[in-house]
Amino acid sequence: MTTPERTEVLTGVRVRGLTVAGVPSGAPIVDSVDLDVRPGEILGLVGESGSGKTTLGLALLAYYKRGTQLAGGSVAINGVDLAGAAVRRMRGDAVAYIPQSPASALNPALRIRTQLGECGGDDARVREVLREVALPDTDVFLRRYPHQLSGGQQQRVAIAMAFLGRPDLIVLDEPTTGLDVTTQKHVLETVRKMCATYSCAAVYITHDMAVVAELTDRIAVMYSGRVVETGPARTVLRSPQHPYTARLLMAVPDLDGRREIRGIPGHAPSPVRRPAGCAFAPRCPLVVDRCRDEVPALEDGVRCFRAGVSRFEVVERVEVPVVSADAALEVRGLSAWYGSHQVLEDISLSVPRGQCVALLGESGSGKTTLARAIAGLHPRHGGEVVLGGESLPPSGLRRTPLQRRRIQYVFQNPYESLNPRKTVRELVLAPARVLLGKVPDGLVEDALSQAALSPELASRYPDQLSGGERQRVAIARALAAQPEVLVCDEVTSALDVSVQAAIVELIAGLRERKGLTLLFVTHDIALVRTVAQHVAVLEHGRIVERGPVAEVLAAPEHPYTQALMADTPRFDTSRFSQ
Amino acid sequence: MVRLAVKRLVFGALILWAVSVVVFLATAALPGDTAQAILGREATPERLAALRLELHLDDPLVSQYFSWLGGLLTFDPGRSLVNGLPVAEFVGPRIVNSLVLMLTAAVVSTPLAMFLGTWSAVRRDRAADHVTAVVTLVLAALPEFVVGITLVIVFATGPLRLLPAVYVGTGQVTFVDLVLPALTLVLAVGPYIVRMMRATMIEVLESEYVQQARLKGLPERTVLLRHAVPNAVGPVAQVVALQLAWLAGGVVVVEFLFRYPGIGYALVDAVNNRDLPVVQALALLIAALYIVVNLLADLVSLVANPRVRTAIR
Ligand SMILES: Nc1ncnc2c1ncn2[C@@H]1O[C@H](COP(=O)(O)OP(=O)(O)OP(=O)(O)O)[C@@H](O)[C@H]1O
Ligand code: SF4
Ligand SMILES: [Mg+2]
Repeated sequence: MTTPERTEVLTGVRVRGLTVAGVPSGAPIVDSVDLDVRPGEILGLVGESGSGKTTLGLALLAYYKRGTQLAGGSVAINGVDLAGAAVRRMRGDAVAYIPQSPASALNPALRIRTQLGECGGDDARVREVLREVALPDTDVFLRRYPHQLSGGQQQRVAIAMAFLGRPDLIVLDEPTTGLDVTTQKHVLETVRKMCATYSCAAVYITHDMAVVAELTDRIAVMYSGRVVETGPARTVLRSPQHPYTARLLMAVPDLDGRREIRGIPGHAPSPVRRPAGCAFAPRCPLVVDRCRDEVPALEDGVRCFRAGVSRFEVVERVEVPVVSADAALEVRGLSAWYGSHQVLEDISLSVPRGQCVALLGESGSGKTTLARAIAGLHPRHGGEVVLGGESLPPSGLRRTPLQRRRIQYVFQNPYESLNPRKTVRELVLAPARVLLGKVPDGLVEDALSQAALSPELASRYPDQLSGGERQRVAIARALAAQPEVLVCDEVTSALDVSVQAAIVELIAGLRERKGLTLLFVTHDIALVRTVAQHVAVLEHGRIVERGPVAEVLAAPEHPYTQALMADTPRFDTSRFSQ
Repeated sequence: MVRLAVKRLVFGALILWAVSVVVFLATAALPGDTAQAILGREATPERLAALRLELHLDDPLVSQYFSWLGGLLTFDPGRSLVNGLPVAEFVGPRIVNSLVLMLTAAVVSTPLAMFLGTWSAVRRDRAADHVTAVVTLVLAALPEFVVGITLVIVFATGPLRLLPAVYVGTGQVTFVDLVLPALTLVLAVGPYIVRMMRATMIEVLESEYVQQARLKGLPERTVLLRHAVPNAVGPVAQVVALQLAWLAGGVVVVEFLFRYPGIGYALVDAVNNRDLPVVQALALLIAALYIVVNLLADLVSLVANPRVRTAIR
């Protein structure tokens, strides 16, 4: 596939047939990837967890983690092959890497000065770059250790480190994970500015479509180790040609609330289990026989036999007026401590029956503590938790089985909240057995089907399930106790967008169909719109704003909420619907 | 940091005091009569009584303890019951001999073991690594007298008669006398340090900051020496300290085996002769050594951790 235009590309980055395989399985983790990035251009590399983004990103620096190795293909930067003896010289100089979590990628034992100094460039250059990323260039700052910097500062140091050697290509692997949206916005601005200043080609790895839409010039969508669609960002986002891209876009929560989100059923295969033929076939709504036998080639930027058939469809979201209802759950004047450190101060909150209240706040604001206090998991609190007019004892141990049954809790991380030694059936049954006394027939099957899981899964163990399936099991476990109130603590934050959308659909459906009352804890303001009727914004342990979602998001009053609305990247649907 | 160090120091002193109580009570509880042991079976009751009076053996335990403690604090732990020499004079040169032995073992084993551990981690899963793993495991499992005897057979009594099997001098030690005992101690403490260093280095080498250092294009030497090793030293210092502290006790067996004229050998001798002042002084000395080495290790791991270092300023 050598079009005349492509052979001309000598400046910038040129990747051909790059394949990285697992050792010893030999299964390709990254499979025949072709990419071109011109100087000054930012390429967004998107895909779900495990699609091979990090592996590909590292391969662009000819680096292969333990357990992986190069199995073919080449990377050339400005016409120079990145291979053999040239690799060490080119790293840092021609190509640099900005890691996912600077907290663990900066050496804890070395001063900032040392870590910046070894990237090439003299003292004056170090200070110049520090100024460019809006960090102080003082000796005091240079003498610091990484732990003396904030998360945003650490990430800027990592960016400064990468640009010190004036590289031609820079690879950024989810550089804003774990940062709050305001810091993320500043970091993204810095990245954009630096790439322009140095006319440096950039590969920006992320799973966040909204970031891609704001930042990048071109997009490459990865699925199970292969690039399935690539092209200018605007074109791909406006009219995705591959069914996976289209469905992925439909799963992105819409901050402006004009569109419903739709999940993709199933989950991405691991490299060892990748089906023959098109890897997306088991989840693809358009699949035909041919897809299962033959791997489609990348043609005109799309890897699909039925390219262009599926389109990005906007499922219009209808704003349902909020009706008033009596409070199923009330919190009155709740304060909580860890030791002598107060994390919650005088919180009052009311959750109307059959509705969903979103508790919005960034990490450290105290949202999990509040959720745990309500569920009786954090007894060190003052104030009152009232369930259906009845005040509950602070400790879950003191609550009656009936009281405990009525409030159920779903944890953030489905990889940790399920006992790996128990089957799904035992997991789902355990709380029901304690709380219901007599277990009705078919309870497990019923709970699983409510959580949209096949009853066949009942005999499996958690490690035989995907992340999304695990979270559904956790939900089924809660449902089996037949609760009135479900407390969901960041239940989607460990999951991919497409899986997150499916879980959110499930939870919203449970509320609509079964009249379940929900407290939905999240840090993602875009999700609030989709799930909740009411929102309470938590900052430093206090509720700073509350009200019906539509009103609060339309006209936020507190500066913190305003900043959240302003700094969260928009994935503007009006640009895409035709 | 100074405050922390002082706190540890005070704590160490407290432990030492507690040890002194235990040592005193334990020696006092030893079966048999000290005076009888000194004078032998034919001693007349009058002579026994006179000796008891001289040694304050009939005083209440508490007053015996305090007069002993007072003696210790003024560096006068009494006289040996066997040869009548002041304990300090008798023990002094032996302390020097033991310290020489222990220091030699420590100075040889620590860097060597840390180097071997690092090397093994760098060559992870290759032949050299597997061989190191097996050898260190076997050495760690063998009691030190077995190692010592094997060394004697190989280097002293076997075909290679290079070194003396046991010490035969009169108090002065030379290099040749030192080799086998020191080597035995090195082989006893080294394997743990090697294994710990290997495990820690493997973890550090897998870390993201080491990956990042490689991605900066730094030479592998710099990556290893500047980025990896300093981060492994902190955790390993604890194990090194435990091993070196073990030396303080382990030296007893090894000195006895080689008849090396140090405190360990002297202790065994003194116990056999019921030479109480010597036993007490030596037991306390060994405990003190143990505490000091642990204290040093704590300080090293504090200094190796920039979080602690900077929090102090
Ligand atoms: N060292 C390794 N040895 C074997 N398999 C690996 C190794 N590292 C990753 N894999 C597998 O390769 C696939 C791609 O991993 P990779 O880390 O590149 O994904 P990713 O797209 O960056 O995911 P995420 O979004 O979670 O960071 C995964 O299925 C993973 O299990
Ligand atoms: S090739 Fe077939 S299965 Fe794959 S995405 Fe296209 S239509 Fe779906
Ligand atoms: Mg990744």
